[in-house]
Amino acid sequence: MSALDTSTYRQREESITYQAEPAGMGETHELLTLNIGPHHPATHGVLRLLTTMEGEVVRDVRPIIGYVHTGIEKTAEQKAYWKVIPVIERMDYLSYYFNAMAFCGAVEDLLEVEVPERAQYLRVIHLELDRIMSHMVWLGTSALDLGAISMFWYCFRERETILDLFEMSSGQRMHTRYIQVGGVIEDIPRGFAAKLRQFCKEMPTRADQYADMLEKNQIVLERLRGTCALPAEELLKIGVTGPLLRAAGNPWDLRKAAPYSSYDKFDFKIPVGTVGDNYDRYRVRHAEIYESVKIIEQAIEGLPEGPFITPDRKVALPPRHELATSMEALIHHFKLVTEGFRVPPGESYYPIEGPRGELGCFVRADGSGKPARVHMRDPSFTHLQALAPMVKDAYLADMIATLAMLDPILGGIDR
Amino acid sequence: MEIKRETLDPSDFRVRQLQARDMLRGDLQGEELEKFVEQSVMTTTVEKAVAWSQGNSIYPMTFGLACCAIEMMSIVAARVDIARFGWEAFRASPRQADLLILSGRVSVKMAPVIRRIYDQMLEPKWAISMGACCSSMGVFNNYALVPSDKFMPIDVHVPGCPPRPEALMHGILRLRDKIHGHPPDGWRERYDAVGTEEVLTPEHERGSQSDGAINVFPGGDTAGA
Amino acid sequence: MPDATGLELTAHELRESDADSILGTEFRRHRAVLLVSPQHVPAVLKHLYGKGYTFLASLHGVDYYPEEPRLGVLYELMDMHEVDRISVKARVSTQDPRIPTVTPLFPGADFPEREVYDMFGVVFEGHPDMRRILMPEDFEGFPQRRDFPVGGEPVLFTYNEETGYGKYQ
Repeated sequence: MSALDTSTYRQREESITYQAEPAGMGETHELLTLNIGPHHPATHGVLRLLTTMEGEVVRDVRPIIGYVHTGIEKTAEQKAYWKVIPVIERMDYLSYYFNAMAFCGAVEDLLEVEVPERAQYLRVIHLELDRIMSHMVWLGTSALDLGAISMFWYCFRERETILDLFEMSSGQRMHTRYIQVGGVIEDIPRGFAAKLRQFCKEMPTRADQYADMLEKNQIVLERLRGTCALPAEELLKIGVTGPLLRAAGNPWDLRKAAPYSSYDKFDFKIPVGTVGDNYDRYRVRHAEIYESVKIIEQAIEGLPEGPFITPDRKVALPPRHELATSMEALIHHFKLVTEGFRVPPGESYYPIEGPRGELGCFVRADGSGKPARVHMRDPSFTHLQALAPMVKDAYLADMIATLAMLDPILGGIDR
Repeated sequence: MEIKRETLDPSDFRVRQLQARDMLRGDLQGEELEKFVEQSVMTTTVEKAVAWSQGNSIYPMTFGLACCAIEMMSIVAARVDIARFGWEAFRASPRQADLLILSGRVSVKMAPVIRRIYDQMLEPKWAISMGACCSSMGVFNNYALVPSDKFMPIDVHVPGCPPRPEALMHGILRLRDKIHGHPPDGWRERYDAVGTEEVLTPEHERGSQSDGAINVFPGGDTAGA
Repeated sequence: MPDATGLELTAHELRESDADSILGTEFRRHRAVLLVSPQHVPAVLKHLYGKGYTFLASLHGVDYYPEEPRLGVLYELMDMHEVDRISVKARVSTQDPRIPTVTPLFPGADFPEREVYDMFGVVFEGHPDMRRILMPEDFEGFPQRRDFPVGGEPVLFTYNEETGYGKYQ
């Protein structure tokens, strides 16, 4: 195992001294401030990093954000509640189902409306598919950052299969506005379950193949093992949740701790790391893929019959066949489409477990048809604060690898 | 056995092959030689040849801003393969790239950066504005975004939110047609709608901020949808 | 979430230590909110930290126009051992929008406080780096306030149609 023992590698590195001593001027620290980004191939989105380096070692990094700031929260105040859903989905653009779920959960909490069980199961299926898809994109782009370029094509092949499933159920590949207040917008079509089962059969083998490709590679291991670890207490002080916290050893997952949307009916495990270095972060996310596949299989097997959206006509549109016969249905349909539903005054904060961590939505309603304040608590925004402690005194290449393993999504950070 | 003799049409391929063989033996002279050269050699202008080669080997720049970037990554992926057209060499440096695919929303903070990068690209360069957010304001018509037409010239706008990879390919192929010198008709020519343009007046130029709009909604406002 | 009585007990404890810190409590359907006077926010959060609410889930601002005081800052705290959440709300007016920072206690409040400053104009005293985070540095105005116009462009493409396409001239 000595070849894989990276500590000796680092020791060998340290034995070579790089102390630059400018002739006759005494010892000085040559600090170079390098501006990485906002346009740079290795950043995940437009992130600007002001890196202060001494040679190749990073001493300090200051992230500067705001380059994709879209004013989503301000725009959401101008739209009726169901029109906010497409706007809010575009925040964290890889986990769009989660954005919609957090918002719809908050509004359902304010409206005190019950989500039928079939809708909950359908939501879980799509949320877990979205989680796998987000991890696929993360894996592909992270491997691209590390230099393992072929992983990109394999991961995007899986992503295409998942997007086909999304297209089957909602008609859109990305930003599907499938999750609505009270349930989901439509029931799954014929053929969806078969295709989903086919996907669930293939996905674990594919994930095994990705593990084989990356984990037996000496270069990947040496770049990820032992680099940029941060203990769980530090992460908790910063407010980090999700796979980063689980990699550091703290098994905190909102799906188990505070189950929502019938997650407590499914049997799945939480992958937890030990050291909290980049390798653990990679492994935790990779292992989550298998658990998500398990959840999807259980959900599609146990999918109950019933309505796919709440039967409360004041919140959800009535089914179209009723419009021809029932006058109340017509009036409800008319009122919902023209005015939208009104939410009684109140505030609600609804957190869920997104692929990156705790994704929460705060909604303040003032009794009208438009929200008075929508705030999305995005996990990547908080995690970016952890970058500086993580990469202190690490090499620049380690910083790039850490940024990849951090999985920041600038849409969520900048909102 | 009867042998039928038929005279072949002189534009027949077999005839041309035999003529070529004759020419190589030095048998074709004068007018026949000229005709032969016309048939088998392609002549064009240098501009057209250069445009043809430029259009077939563009180096796009990796410029992903937001959600459209993920769909742009999927045209590099295997299902909709941009390498079929020779465009797979995504360069990170603007000095090495021809094409700026603006994929995603352009915020106020990012616009000068994009302009700077566009200026750093060398001639000839093109720009595709991918998605609704940078072409027009998209889903978010608010203070934080800038439509890309305002600060740089764009050749092709690709609508969609996000545009399917096939839609982006369509936009890319239209750009390729433009580069090759035969740009497709704009929609106004195709649908015979020339003359229906709205002309921007100075009030419009300043944008809706000049209204001094106070958008404060009292509780109980019903204008929902 | 502490139930209504738990919330009142917590409020009572806090009032005992400092009489004018808690201005009120709200409890609605599993959500417990402590209304705190702005200057006492760090003390209240420290007390709650001692009671187990060691995780700051979210720090965000709300504009309560037209009710005064207008700008509110909410702190969503979570107790990971009991799986409990509690919210702390502090409201300031636009005339004097200052709240002491909680970054010594929760280092992760750094970016969210900058965002509240950027969007609402609430100045956090003692913050190590109080400047705009999402908008450009020289932006004037606080966008998320309710009386800030949404802005936007009238959508007309004719700018390009008039001047024509083509390679960059």
